[in-house]
Amino acid sequence: MSEFEPKIVAFVCNWCTYAGADLTGTSRIKYAANVKIIRFPCTGRIDFMLLMKAFQNGADGIIVSGCHPNDCHYSSGNFHAKRRWMAFRELLDYMGVDVERITFSWVSAAEGARWAEIVNTTTEKLRKLGPYTNYQNLVKSGIEEEL
Amino acid sequence: MELERKLIKKASLEKLYQKLQANGNKIFAPIIKDGKTEFHYNPSYAEVTYDHIQTIQSLKNTVFPKIENLVRFTTDRNGTEVTEVDLAKVPSLVLWGAHPCDAAGFKALKSIFMWDYKDEYFNSRMNKMVVIGLSCYKCDDNCFCTSVGLNPGATNGSDILLTKLSTGDYLAEIITEKGKEIVNAAAELFEAAPAEAKEGNLAQVKQQFSHEKVTKNLAGAFEHPFWVENSLRCIGCGACAFVCPACACFDIQDETKGKTGKRLRCWDSCGFGLFTIHTSGHNPREVQSQRWRQRIMHKFSYMPERNESLGCIGCGRCSRACPVDMNILEQLIALEKIQ
Amino acid sequence: MESIRKRAKELLDSKQVQVIIGYENGTSNKVRASFIKDSAQVDKLIYDERCTQNLALYLVKHEVKHLGKMGIVATIPAMRTINMLISEEQVKPENIVVLGIGEDGKLLDFPDLTVMESFLQKANIELTAKDKEAIEKLKKMTTQEKFDYWSNALETCFKCYACRSACPLCYCTRCAVECNQPQWIPVQASKNGNYEWHMLRAMHLSGRCVSCGDCGRACPLDIPVHLLTMHMAEESKRLFGVDSGLSMKMESVLSNYKLDDKDNFIL
Ligand code: SF4
Ligand code: SF4
Ligand code: SF4
Ligand code: SF4
Repeated sequence: MSEFEPKIVAFVCNWCTYAGADLTGTSRIKYAANVKIIRFPCTGRIDFMLLMKAFQNGADGIIVSGCHPNDCHYSSGNFHAKRRWMAFRELLDYMGVDVERITFSWVSAAEGARWAEIVNTTTEKLRKLGPYTNYQNLVKSGIEEEL
Repeated sequence: MELERKLIKKASLEKLYQKLQANGNKIFAPIIKDGKTEFHYNPSYAEVTYDHIQTIQSLKNTVFPKIENLVRFTTDRNGTEVTEVDLAKVPSLVLWGAHPCDAAGFKALKSIFMWDYKDEYFNSRMNKMVVIGLSCYKCDDNCFCTSVGLNPGATNGSDILLTKLSTGDYLAEIITEKGKEIVNAAAELFEAAPAEAKEGNLAQVKQQFSHEKVTKNLAGAFEHPFWVENSLRCIGCGACAFVCPACACFDIQDETKGKTGKRLRCWDSCGFGLFTIHTSGHNPREVQSQRWRQRIMHKFSYMPERNESLGCIGCGRCSRACPVDMNILEQLIALEKIQ
Repeated sequence: MESIRKRAKELLDSKQVQVIIGYENGTSNKVRASFIKDSAQVDKLIYDERCTQNLALYLVKHEVKHLGKMGIVATIPAMRTINMLISEEQVKPENIVVLGIGEDGKLLDFPDLTVMESFLQKANIELTAKDKEAIEKLKKMTTQEKFDYWSNALETCFKCYACRSACPLCYCTRCAVECNQPQWIPVQASKNGNYEWHMLRAMHLSGRCVSCGDCGRACPLDIPVHLLTMHMAEESKRLFGVDSGLSMKMESVLSNYKLDDKDNFIL
């Protein structure tokens, strides 16, 4: 049996993590190919429903990442984002979404190696957790009368 | 067809149920779960109850599901490919234990869905359904079937109507050909009609207003201050419409995922502000009183006029479900008297 | 009860307000909202333990607002709502007079709203024992159990939005659940569509919910959706130290931040 390869969606900000991931590439650091990166202007733009969209569409795990505190290009976008994640993570946990499947991190434009490490550890963790069948079943479960 | 009367013993009811189930019918019957009586698909007979007054939800889901998938589609560079749903796949359904008001509710829905445009989704489901009704021996103060031309033993809408007799056995009135087929296929379970009349075994529901009078009054009441005065507390939710067996409003929406999608018909309500809003932002029913007026007008004025059916069967569900005590019976009684 | 009627009459007669929003007897031993415009009608007003609806809902209702200045019979959750609505600029303080009802059911005199503010600072705003217990029970479940609980509990929801309409803080005229460009929430009232719809509602009420419980009470299908928003209210307090609706100048929890917000999960 081939090993399970998790699908990971990464929501990252343009100014730090995206640039950081770029650096990972230009520094020729190899890392897990499981991640699909989506670039946002700022972590402050990452609406919580976007994370649910990823799960809806079959993601097994998610990475959300942006500039370290005090480094936000727009000065406070990441502080706002942090509050939102703090609240949202509690809600997810309370509703039974597996919060272990979401990695939140700060990765700067200079931290190419750190980005590789975050992706690799997240991938490793998700390989162990397996596919997110719970959510996929929820999405698939139809309605009794559907033809 | 002429109405036929037979007797079915309490013990035979179970056999009939099992026979219908064994013949591949889906059954929709009332059971008690978490202290509430609601209809569920294919419960085991032991769970089925005959003692409820009314369920919270209506039974319209059987023919007008809360979500009907109308078509599936795929879009790509070459255009859109549409796949029709296969209406032949509609399962045969036995509605077991529907009260007379609910059975009549299907007639009200039919007057809408089979009016000028014939809706095949509705029709296919309707054709595949048999209604085994159950007369009411009790009611509550929200019930008003007798005020809208029905009664706790009305046969209108049922294929077979069961009434519990003093012996604990059931009188079976066979009303339609569909009902007769069922009886013929299980002839051994039915016996000769009892002498006991059903009338003594029915709930007493007092007639509280004349619906003809209400309809007449509504014709000139569009601008009446009644609407504003009596709907200030209405919060414009969809609870009344969603539990109503005769409300038929829907909204059609596409739900897509990548290149594929479904066109869905979902329940809607005239009580929602969004129901009538135009793209321009203009809303012809700007405020809640106009929406409440629409609800009553549609049921008691427009439908009798155009569809030759009332849009209300007096089940009282909307009054029970309303979070702010908008009681339709109270309002209809008042409307009978307005000038 | 008498004191409410007396105060209502005063306010109407002196034309300080044009309408009193209070409670009256309804049908089948229910009570309901009452809108008294004429002081001859004040005897309709009642107050007893059945009066739980959060009447502050009507302060933002178009047709009620347009009657003029409003006097409102407000229980503690309704007073908190009033503060929230003022903070969020939905209600102008000069347009309302509050007939507060204390925990003992007695009329409180608020010559102006700052007195109501100070009353609330000291008032008991704990959740009821029943709600607290239900939330604690949920919190103790495993992730899988929680997931099963909510996906099953929400499965029956038919998206009638009574929970939303009953909530005085769900006042948006265009709710994100109805937005279809993009389609945030699946249209279907299916397990997935319902689960995400209630997630969205709970999130949008985080730090705003005043725990009145009206959303759960309004649901015709008895789905305990209030346990979602109430939990988020508790979390806002735990994480950010904010109890909603205690003053007329509440900062919105999710559109603010503090430099020292403490998380324990960001790498
Ligand atoms: S309007 Fe109310 S009483 Fe009439 S059929 Fe509908 S739910 Fe029943
Ligand atoms: S009448 Fe009641 S149930 Fe119907 S829209 Fe108004 S508040 Fe909702
Ligand atoms: S009131 Fe109940 S059924 Fe209606 S949308 Fe809210 S949770 Fe769903
Ligand atoms: S979410 Fe529910 S409990 Fe919270 S304020 Fe709104 S109605 Fe009240």
